[in-house]
Amino acid sequence: MSPILSVRNLSRNFGAIKAVDDVSFDLAKGELLALIGPNGAGKSTCFNMLMGQLRPSSGTVQLMGKNIAGMQPRKIWRMGVGRTFQITATYVSMTVVENVQMALISHHRRLYSLTSFAHKLYRDKALALLETVGMADQADRHCAVLAYGDLKRLELAVALAHDPVLLLMDEPTAGMAPRERIALMQLTADILAQRGISVLFTEHDMDVVFAHSHRIMVLNRGQLIAEGTVDEIRNNRQVQEVYLGGGTLFKAAEDDAHA
Amino acid sequence: MGLFIAQILTGLANAGALFMVASGLSLIFGVTRVVNFAHGSFYMLGAYVGYSLMQALPGVAGFWGAILLAGLIVGVIGVIVEICVLRPVYRAPELFQLVATFGVILVIQDLTLMIWGPQDLLGPRAPGLKGIIRIMGEPVPQYDIALIAITPFVAIGLWYLITRTRVGTLVRAATQDREMVGALGVNQSWLFTGVFFLGCALAGLGGALQLPKGGADLLMDFSILGAVFVVVVIGGMGSLPGAYLAAVIISILNVFGVTYAPQSTLVLMFVVMVVVLMIRPFGLLGKEEVAGEHGQTGEPERPIKPAGPRIRLLVTTLLVILALLPLYSGNFAVVLVTDIMIFCLFAASLHFMLGQGGLVSFGHAAFFGGGAYAAALLVTYASTPMELALVLAPVSAGLAAIVIGWVCLRSTGVYFAMLTLAFGQLLWSLAFQWGDVTGGDDGLVNIWPSAWASDNTVYYYLAFTLCVGGILLLRQAAHAPFGYALRAARDSTRQAEATGINTKRVQWVAFTFAGTMAGLAGGLFVFSKGSIFPNELETARSFDALIVVFLGGVKTLSGGWVGGAFFEGAKDYLTRFEYWRLTLGLLIIFVVILGPEGIVGSLRKAGERIGLLKTPEDAT
Amino acid sequence: MLELKGVNSFYGKAHVLNDLNFSVDRGRVVALLGRNGAGKTTTMKSIMQLVRPRTGTVTYQGQDITGWSSHRVARNGLGYVPEERRIFTQLTVAENLEVGRQPPREGCTTWTEDMVFDLFPNLAERRQNYGKALSGGEQQMLTIARTLMGNPAFILLDEPSEGIAPVIVEQMARAILQLKQDGLTVLLSEQNLHFAQAVADGVVIIEHGTQQFVGSLADLQAHPDIRDQHLSI
Repeated sequence: MSPILSVRNLSRNFGAIKAVDDVSFDLAKGELLALIGPNGAGKSTCFNMLMGQLRPSSGTVQLMGKNIAGMQPRKIWRMGVGRTFQITATYVSMTVVENVQMALISHHRRLYSLTSFAHKLYRDKALALLETVGMADQADRHCAVLAYGDLKRLELAVALAHDPVLLLMDEPTAGMAPRERIALMQLTADILAQRGISVLFTEHDMDVVFAHSHRIMVLNRGQLIAEGTVDEIRNNRQVQEVYLGGGTLFKAAEDDAHA
Repeated sequence: MGLFIAQILTGLANAGALFMVASGLSLIFGVTRVVNFAHGSFYMLGAYVGYSLMQALPGVAGFWGAILLAGLIVGVIGVIVEICVLRPVYRAPELFQLVATFGVILVIQDLTLMIWGPQDLLGPRAPGLKGIIRIMGEPVPQYDIALIAITPFVAIGLWYLITRTRVGTLVRAATQDREMVGALGVNQSWLFTGVFFLGCALAGLGGALQLPKGGADLLMDFSILGAVFVVVVIGGMGSLPGAYLAAVIISILNVFGVTYAPQSTLVLMFVVMVVVLMIRPFGLLGKEEVAGEHGQTGEPERPIKPAGPRIRLLVTTLLVILALLPLYSGNFAVVLVTDIMIFCLFAASLHFMLGQGGLVSFGHAAFFGGGAYAAALLVTYASTPMELALVLAPVSAGLAAIVIGWVCLRSTGVYFAMLTLAFGQLLWSLAFQWGDVTGGDDGLVNIWPSAWASDNTVYYYLAFTLCVGGILLLRQAAHAPFGYALRAARDSTRQAEATGINTKRVQWVAFTFAGTMAGLAGGLFVFSKGSIFPNELETARSFDALIVVFLGGVKTLSGGWVGGAFFEGAKDYLTRFEYWRLTLGLLIIFVVILGPEGIVGSLRKAGERIGLLKTPEDAT
Repeated sequence: MLELKGVNSFYGKAHVLNDLNFSVDRGRVVALLGRNGAGKTTTMKSIMQLVRPRTGTVTYQGQDITGWSSHRVARNGLGYVPEERRIFTQLTVAENLEVGRQPPREGCTTWTEDMVFDLFPNLAERRQNYGKALSGGEQQMLTIARTLMGNPAFILLDEPSEGIAPVIVEQMARAILQLKQDGLTVLLSEQNLHFAQAVADGVVIIEHGTQQFVGSLADLQAHPDIRDQHLSI
């Protein structure tokens, strides 16, 4: 089966610095692929190119056979790519359900309508999406007062609004408590499995990465240095050195705790 | 060649005062995020205070001492203003403080009038520098040479202070994140006050320094404000070298303009600004505007809801009272309320793009005056009937908004605001200087309604229908998907763009829509008055609308027209008194300090407190 | 050294902190644990008086500091390291440190630029770089270094391990242990229990703004039920 997303020789320079250097990979349908690496390794740059915020210096990004490199974010979205942000981006002056309705209104291309009331449009569909992420009971709350974890779930509902084929999630669990992290990723994984959506995500929490990804790529200084299954990555010497660390300090503390 | 050099020298000399005022404004904005509209007033005060001191102090030392003292005194006045007026409102929503500074302008205007009287003052010449020197045969005043020599020292001194000293480092840090600076043990209140002192002292110094060249008059405050904004923007917000460079460019341009293109002097400056911003959206030496994300807290805006039964009843009652007005009151009230309704529509149109879209325009009068002029020109030159002119006025304003919006929306934030100001000034200059067509200062007169509508009462109903209709349309737009898309673009451009919303286009359409509505108000205005003068296009007119929107409450749906009715009503009442500006200014400052959420916002809060309105469960 | 008594804080009408009572003794490292939105950051801010508690008192070294302005709190030796790496991105590393610099304080280490560079060697080579050019880990180090320049006796660390690579997190933990050895008292908020276990002596758990557990790390280990209920890893 042909991949959903196919990235070839993707590079981006900032002046003399190669932020992303000749990165290539494929993402299959229904796959959960993690992109990890040290701070400043080029993960964000790479992500921003996939989402259209940045134009690649060279290379191609193919979404189901069409090159989307250099396209604007809103065009990429219309082609079936949803995204969530590292720092949540929601409309704070609206209610929870209106946030989702907004994406639906955009999807149905009714942004310039003057005759209808926005809060009545696609409300049922929006409520159903909130139900999926377990937020239906908070639908009419003011977005500005939500807890952080709930904002993350709201973002997920928004990203799912236009039935995407691909989700790009930038540190989806950043800023959440351990239990919430696992729960959110479990929820994401379930929804994806149900709907056959592919996901590429970055993450710093190794518990999340090791528990949920089907495959992991490691970026260091702009280059892919490793790719493989959870066990392969966990035991990769180079990855331990540049990213995972020895874990000796924490291990000692852990042993003390159980002693 | 001699003349050429002499003109460049004159330009360089003029740049001195401009640079000092502009760098002061830029510093204050950088640290406190307050766009200090009153900065021109401090410049004016510097001139008046300097004048009085020069009368009192004799000789060379007295002259220069007077200039320094004027700077210090104005700095101290600035500190008083900062402590009394601005400190209470720093926590208010962003840009709200500019309303307070607008009040300060009015107060200073009247106080100056009280103390120094209405006549222009001729500045004394500098002792020891009264002569001229000849450069290639052209006379250049010695004082100009002195100014050219002094300014770079001030500029370098400032630059050293900001980039090389601890205080400067703290100032730059506070520009980005004041709360954090405070948490690191720096007393930020005094840092703010210190910056305000420095900024105002610079303005005062500029005012006093230019005395031998320009004297002192009561119009100085607004006349320099436009140029100062232009300099700050062309140079780049927060860049001192940029401000100097821009001050020199603008001053030299003005000198040459006076000689070679006297018809276009006013336009020239703004054209240069537009061109610079088209090429470099953050000015010549400016960096991308990074607003401090921390320490600027307002209550988050609430979700909007269609009005509940109580509010509907209230509005319906109000409309009935208005509709029956001609039956129970005299002609005077009918004409007055017509004016107020027209102004309310104008304010509501600005409120739509500002409140829903976060687009702060300093030049909305361009569309109000533009619509009015379009109608007046059509009547004067094409004998267009009123009915058609009332259609073409908003259409023309809308077309202008399409063009102006396209240019302005390439920038964001303060730069956007300044660009709109520039276009407002551009149109004003056109109306003012293109006398053959627009009548210049004499305006266009004899623009009367068609016979059927010439009765005040009939025209009242016409205005009532169009204004109420327009305001309701703007309100409907806010509830419609379009209004939501506009708010989405404001709340999170990232998310909006990532979900298929072309944010720039949405904003462009909103800008055009608001411009069209302001044009309609302008059209109604011109037929109500029978005449139009360039002052309807003035920056002061744009500021009126802006003040009204903030006064009414940006984060509420009805802030525009409520503020408009309050302001226009208060103004009409107060202008009967001699020192009405003082009273109005104090009233504005009073409202700002007491109700930082505007009239509607504060009333809503009060209503919730006494249980008249339902408190949303999520109110924070 | 630091004591909270009956602290209640609000954002507008939202009751964020509900009757907090705990204290931190000199020379200890106490971890404030709880999920996001539990009130950890508000606790930090309430101590710094960036959020003014509506009722209750915060006592520091025997002085009631409730209602003080935050710069005064800082000048009394309470150093605050905020979350989200709030450095001054438009200033250089050296200038960032300059902003944090305060006069020497009796009984506290007087930090110099060289000393913080010893603690965080990565920053030394970045001395003249602008804050925005630093990586996330370096920015986090700079926030701590900047606060140390104020010669604090006590530091509040808000989520020092959030969003940075595991290998840097480990460096950060070593730095905190080093500071503790030098006699600094620390209150840190964390979601990462590994991190807390590695550095902390005492633990305070809060949930929904209410404290659920106060005790030593050993106490917490002895009550796996509490650990699982509130932190579940």
